[in-house]
Amino acid sequence: MMARLLFWLIAALGTPAAAQVPAPEPVTIAVPPLPTPTVTRTAEGDTATIGRRIAEVIAADLGSTGRLRTLGPDGVRAYAFPEATGPQFHLWRATAAKALVSGFVEARSDKRLTVACYLFDVTTGRELARQGFVVAPPDWRRAAHRCADSAYAKLTGNRALFDTSIAYVAESGPITARVKRIAVMDSDGSNHRYLTAGESTVLTPRFAPRGDRLVYMVFTAGGTSLQLLDLASQQSRALLPGGAIAFAPRFSPDGRKLVFAMASAGNTDIYVAGADGGGVTRLTTMPGIDTSPSFSPDGLKIVFESDRSGGQQLYVMNADGSDQRRISFGNWRYASPVWSPRGDLIAFTRITGPNLAIGVLSPAGTDERVVTNAWQDEGPSWASSGENLVFHRTDPASGRTALYTTSIQGGAARRLATPQDGTDADWSAVEEEARR
Amino acid sequence: MNGRIVMAALAALLTAAAQPMPMPVAVDPAVLRAEFVARSGSDTIFFAGDSHGLDQAARATLTAQARWLRMNPQVRASIEGHADPRRTREYSLGVGERRANAVRDYLIAAGIPPGQLDLVSWGKERPVATGASEGAWALNRRVVTVLKR
Repeated sequence: MMARLLFWLIAALGTPAAAQVPAPEPVTIAVPPLPTPTVTRTAEGDTATIGRRIAEVIAADLGSTGRLRTLGPDGVRAYAFPEATGPQFHLWRATAAKALVSGFVEARSDKRLTVACYLFDVTTGRELARQGFVVAPPDWRRAAHRCADSAYAKLTGNRALFDTSIAYVAESGPITARVKRIAVMDSDGSNHRYLTAGESTVLTPRFAPRGDRLVYMVFTAGGTSLQLLDLASQQSRALLPGGAIAFAPRFSPDGRKLVFAMASAGNTDIYVAGADGGGVTRLTTMPGIDTSPSFSPDGLKIVFESDRSGGQQLYVMNADGSDQRRISFGNWRYASPVWSPRGDLIAFTRITGPNLAIGVLSPAGTDERVVTNAWQDEGPSWASSGENLVFHRTDPASGRTALYTTSIQGGAARRLATPQDGTDADWSAVEEEARR
Repeated sequence: MNGRIVMAALAALLTAAAQPMPMPVAVDPAVLRAEFVARSGSDTIFFAGDSHGLDQAARATLTAQARWLRMNPQVRASIEGHADPRRTREYSLGVGERRANAVRDYLIAAGIPPGQLDLVSWGKERPVATGASEGAWALNRRVVTVLKR
């Protein structure tokens, strides 16, 4: 169907996993402004303006992955509504574009908008994908993310990642007295909102697989606790009995269990419990600090870090705690492992002296490589694509932190704009997939 | 806090504490802490690298802290462990607990009832010194005995 374009992509991108640096040549995709059949005023501006903004969001999304280079919406030929479904391919072939996103925005009589988008192979003139949405005007951005997701999934063969949320810890104030709040935003930084008020220090928000709940750690006058936050009601409740020093929580892929670390008598071990905090079961018993557990996407295994051999190293065990095996053997420390939603890789923080960097390796411990290069990059979380990561970077001089995204294919990390400093990012699954 | 008032109160307390006797419950927390620090040498002990071992200076301080806590059994203490920022957040929480636990064990061995002591790990979330230097990191690798009354 799209054999020629696919062939072109494979030629450009299908380099072996071991030879990912420098980044593969991105495919160029044109994203001109979406036209409108009739310019109509809406609560979000007129339909022509919305069409341009949708193209801006699609181009920003696609360009953020490291896989695609975008043309437009500025500086490319704008077309009229009738051309949305029948592009002038000979004109696009004169550009660097190998693919084209077209579409239109139309106001409906019920005050909602129709947003349509199409993906074309410029070389063959074939239509590769089409999407149509009927949305309230304020939701045009969501339609744009879905258009970008459709194009990205079709062109790369990866799962979509733009119609997603990122939860993180928003930090403000002096380094010695930081105010930390849980915040959530769309994956491009829009629709930002705070979920806690900042009176208590909070850490490590992590989404439930459906994206409807977050588990996080809070420091209170009585000690620390793990909290479960329902995003719809904004209500939080403690998961474990008081007095437990529990941290590093994550949901299982089916959302029915939580895995976390708990410290007692100088020994930190991995535990699992029901998603309501009941039925706490200890999985590791070795002396030392076992922490940062993360389930494999099939739920059968757990990767975690442990300093049982001296420095921190990565271990994989069965979900019941049996068959614990060390998988990392580099001459440095490995921390905060996270299993990819695709299952093929584990991202981690590599520690060499005071330097922290994000790396990936296979679940068997092979094909290790580093994907970021700064003073301190830590806390990776995967996008549903299995190819993109969000993490936080600390500035050595100021101690200030910011969120960045990067592709494991290589290329520079991109700063994700947030109102305050950010740490501990967690990238949700795609909302449509998560709700199935 | 008014320094002269604290000093005056401190002098009175030091005189009174020559004999073991329970502290009146209504004492200002700052006064209580000043007296604790004056008697123990410090409310803070420090650690090397990722270690939770207590060196000679730490043991001397904790021995003095234990003496004060024994004389003031109505004062609860929170043993709060911290790590420097060179490691990851979720590991540092374990390091802080390991350090706080080492201090708690020492104090219990020195005769403090376990129920008088709470334990908190702040990981690397509450640094007292900033900057990427060994000097700053060394100040952050600490356990603080925080009086709660």
